[in-house]
Amino acid sequence: MKRGQKGGDDGEEDGSVSGPEFWKRLRRSDSEDEDEAVDWRQLPEEILLQIFQYLPLLDRAFASQVCRGWNQTFHTPELWRCFEFELNQPASSYLKATHPDLIKQIIQRHSNHLQYVSFKVDSSTESAEAACDILSQLVNCSLKTLGLISTARPSFMELPKSHFISALTVVFVNSKSLSSLKIDDTPVDDPSLKVLVANNSETLKLLKMSSCPHVSPAGILCVADQCHGLRELALNYHLLSDELLLALSSERHVHLEHLRIDVVSENPGQQFHSIKKSSWDAMVRHSPKFNLVMYFFLYEDEFGPFFRDEVPVTHLYFGRSVSKDVLGRVGLTCPRLVELVVCANGLRPLDEELIRIAERCRQLSAIGLGECEVSCSAFVEFVKMCGVRLTQLSIMEEVLVPDSTYGPDDIHWEVSKHLGRVWFPDMMPTW
Amino acid sequence: MVVNSVHWFRKGLRLHDNPALQEALNGAETVRCVYILDPWFAGSANVGVNRWRFLLESLEDLDTSLRKLNSRLFVVRGQPTDVFPRLFKEWNVTRLTFEYDSEPYGKERDAAIIKMAQEYGVETAVRNTHTLYNPDRIIEMNNHSPPLTFKRFQAIVNRLELPRKPLPTISQEQMARCQTKISENHDERYGVPSLEELGFKTHGDSSHVWKGGETEALERLNKHLDRKAWVANFERPRITAQSLFASPTGLSPYLRFGCLSCRVFYYNLWELYMKLRRSSSPPLSLFGQLLWREFFYTAGTNNPNFDHMEGNPICVQIPWDHNPEALAKWAEGRTGFPWIDAIMTQLRQEGWIHHLARHAVACFLTRGDLWISWESGMKVFEELLLDADWSVNAGSWMWLSCSAFFQQFFHCYCPVGFGRRTDPSGDYIRRYIPKLKDYPNRYIYEPWNAPESVQKAANCIVGVDYPKPMINHAESSRLNIERMKQVYQQLSHYRGLSLLASVPTIQEEAEPPMSDDSQASSSTAGQASTPTSSPHQPTPAPSTSPNSEPFTPNSSPTAAFPGAHSQRKRGRPSGPPKPTEFKSQAHQPSQRI
Repeated sequence: MKRGQKGGDDGEEDGSVSGPEFWKRLRRSDSEDEDEAVDWRQLPEEILLQIFQYLPLLDRAFASQVCRGWNQTFHTPELWRCFEFELNQPASSYLKATHPDLIKQIIQRHSNHLQYVSFKVDSSTESAEAACDILSQLVNCSLKTLGLISTARPSFMELPKSHFISALTVVFVNSKSLSSLKIDDTPVDDPSLKVLVANNSETLKLLKMSSCPHVSPAGILCVADQCHGLRELALNYHLLSDELLLALSSERHVHLEHLRIDVVSENPGQQFHSIKKSSWDAMVRHSPKFNLVMYFFLYEDEFGPFFRDEVPVTHLYFGRSVSKDVLGRVGLTCPRLVELVVCANGLRPLDEELIRIAERCRQLSAIGLGECEVSCSAFVEFVKMCGVRLTQLSIMEEVLVPDSTYGPDDIHWEVSKHLGRVWFPDMMPTW
Repeated sequence: MVVNSVHWFRKGLRLHDNPALQEALNGAETVRCVYILDPWFAGSANVGVNRWRFLLESLEDLDTSLRKLNSRLFVVRGQPTDVFPRLFKEWNVTRLTFEYDSEPYGKERDAAIIKMAQEYGVETAVRNTHTLYNPDRIIEMNNHSPPLTFKRFQAIVNRLELPRKPLPTISQEQMARCQTKISENHDERYGVPSLEELGFKTHGDSSHVWKGGETEALERLNKHLDRKAWVANFERPRITAQSLFASPTGLSPYLRFGCLSCRVFYYNLWELYMKLRRSSSPPLSLFGQLLWREFFYTAGTNNPNFDHMEGNPICVQIPWDHNPEALAKWAEGRTGFPWIDAIMTQLRQEGWIHHLARHAVACFLTRGDLWISWESGMKVFEELLLDADWSVNAGSWMWLSCSAFFQQFFHCYCPVGFGRRTDPSGDYIRRYIPKLKDYPNRYIYEPWNAPESVQKAANCIVGVDYPKPMINHAESSRLNIERMKQVYQQLSHYRGLSLLASVPTIQEEAEPPMSDDSQASSSTAGQASTPTSSPHQPTPAPSTSPNSEPFTPNSSPTAAFPGAHSQRKRGRPSGPPKPTEFKSQAHQPSQRI
């Protein structure tokens, strides 16, 4: 870069054969135009723009200080379509935050260029407040994507609800073409969802709102009823209703692609409502290829209403201990199952349950078992039945209980044979 | 030429299998064994009283053994760079020997000492005996980078020559040919310090579980082998409630300090196996414990940032929470979860906990519940755990927090369920948290769920006599799984290697927002599996065998932000009173033992 900075030093007649001057002269004598040595200021703007797009923001900012031309390019609207605001306090996070001066500059000069925006906040309330502050200033914005992401504890929940809602509503009202919205773990409520719908119903495609305690089933139903382009939805089980599923399967609605449901227990012994099989059937008829992702965080005895009838779940995660009985029911009721992860079970072997899953869940391609027990023979049988479709097999070493047929050292050969690739169980250091 | 030798003990606190010491004796007229210690900094080093006591006992043991050989141990107060020039002159030293230290800090310190020795005309002899294998050799055989999976590591070890056979212990005859001049005031000048001298108040409690020293180590080795022979079973024993308690045949602290040679352990196991099984060669799994140790030493030897997240090429950058109050509760066993609190209490009182207990508390602190950085946990272990050393401690913490080596973050340990399954009797809890001893088994792992009558009958009210649980586990684990997923989904190389992280989502219409940092790989993060294809198509999972190396997460350089280092804070739990606060200096604490 040094050479190009000043155009002055190429005028010398340099008799040496080697050295940069020689090659410059050579090139000059070959080229047709009589321009002086490479002048970076004359780099075409399109190329400069492309280069800038590869640069991380800090380097780009340094580059913008080089000359007026580069500074202009730095402020091209195209470079300001996407931005991720990182809001961290040194007292609560190890990570750096977006510089406040940069934030000011963006709001002043580029807020109407922003289209794809996300906010990453740490666990302190100040960070969430700062995010809301910025949000309420995005008046000239027409956002397509908005993501509010807590990287640690959900600090948006600690804000006064009205403060958060008014900031969010600014975006809803001004954007009018929001297509993707991620507001998990926030105090969003029914009225604000109505505002969202009133302004963005034609364009909304993705809505993620897991763990938003102030929303009611009616609130989310309003979204499903009006936003017929919705392709992906994430919410908690208490918001799920037969009406919602039917709304999502109505003729006017596009095919749903992904539905994620978190089933979380607030208190031990909580009662959960059930969803009719007919509602699930309607969903499957309407959107035959949709992914149903379910995360369960329940106590063992709260599974009563679940897995009684067929349910079209494709990705299933049990975040706490789940009983042998429930896993047995999974085999009977989840024919579309693709991925199964069990955090913990207990000390009785899951032999029968696994084999039944291999039999009935013919799409299963990924399984993970944590604190469970399976006898080695049953496990080999399971793998044999699934065969090469099992692309992900994550089993802790302790899960496999040696028996008369297989010891711990040779089981991986058998399993590898049936999988068609080398496989070992997962390990933890035993030091 | 007269040879005056000095053997410098750091780890390797033993007279058996000590080639460096043998080299010191070889043809020497005088030999002196030194250990260098700086009591002034003892208080500020991150070393707790149990570790100091273990070290001092090991030094006493060495001194006793050397006395029987007409020599003594010289404990020299000060820092090596100040001490050695003085000693070189005073004792006319011509040869300096010590055991090789593979850790980056050790290598740097030793390089400086070797250079200084050269300047004084002192020859140096270094021997590699703290590990079974030479870490550099393993790295060489793995395409010049340390293996990042245990299976790969085992595969390479399988191809290596067997570890060198251990040497016998120093004999009377060997020592007789050399002399050690002991002065009248040896004890004053060079005696092993007491805990008081280092600034610790001991309340005359002499009943501690792990006694330091080579003598104890060798006795335990015999008992350990006897027990294996009696059980005639070399498989990894399944954990029982009894395993949680300190075992009289446990060897890990002795291996860490070098009171027991790892090769002696290795070959003893080998011989026993051959005797009992009458087979040709033992499986690698027999040496599981030893090989894990080797694995971490190898992984850390060329990485000075191995014990940090920032600047560590193998460590995933995770947005941990900075919460000193929560950290203190964990470190001091006040979380309100008896299983966690009992483990941390045992750790603080005795200095050793079972490896499954380590998994439980490490998971709880980091990705399981509190979402606090593994570096904080590592420092607490460094202070309290007898067998913790730089490589193994940092490596294990990274492993357990899914920051390196291991990415299946769905493997979570429940602070209630895991404990209950491990020890249904609850005896472990009752032993280390006596306040809860009258709780019935049904509630002892979750006393907050016990009805008031039960709490009253047990004479321990939750919230008054014993803390309430500091978090809601279901809620925390839900949040944390989400956080881990976010982190892993952004690492595009990980796609398909980790369960849960590859759950599909629709593609954003443009590239996802560019952030401040230069994670160039984040530009590909939005590309999840194509949504319109059949959901039954598994996410593109390369059939990666665990044998193949995972990507390194920071292959795209992270922007070095000016001032990034100064932002990094090092919290310290308020443990037992220490003279000075832990210094926030990055790499070289003033005293490492």
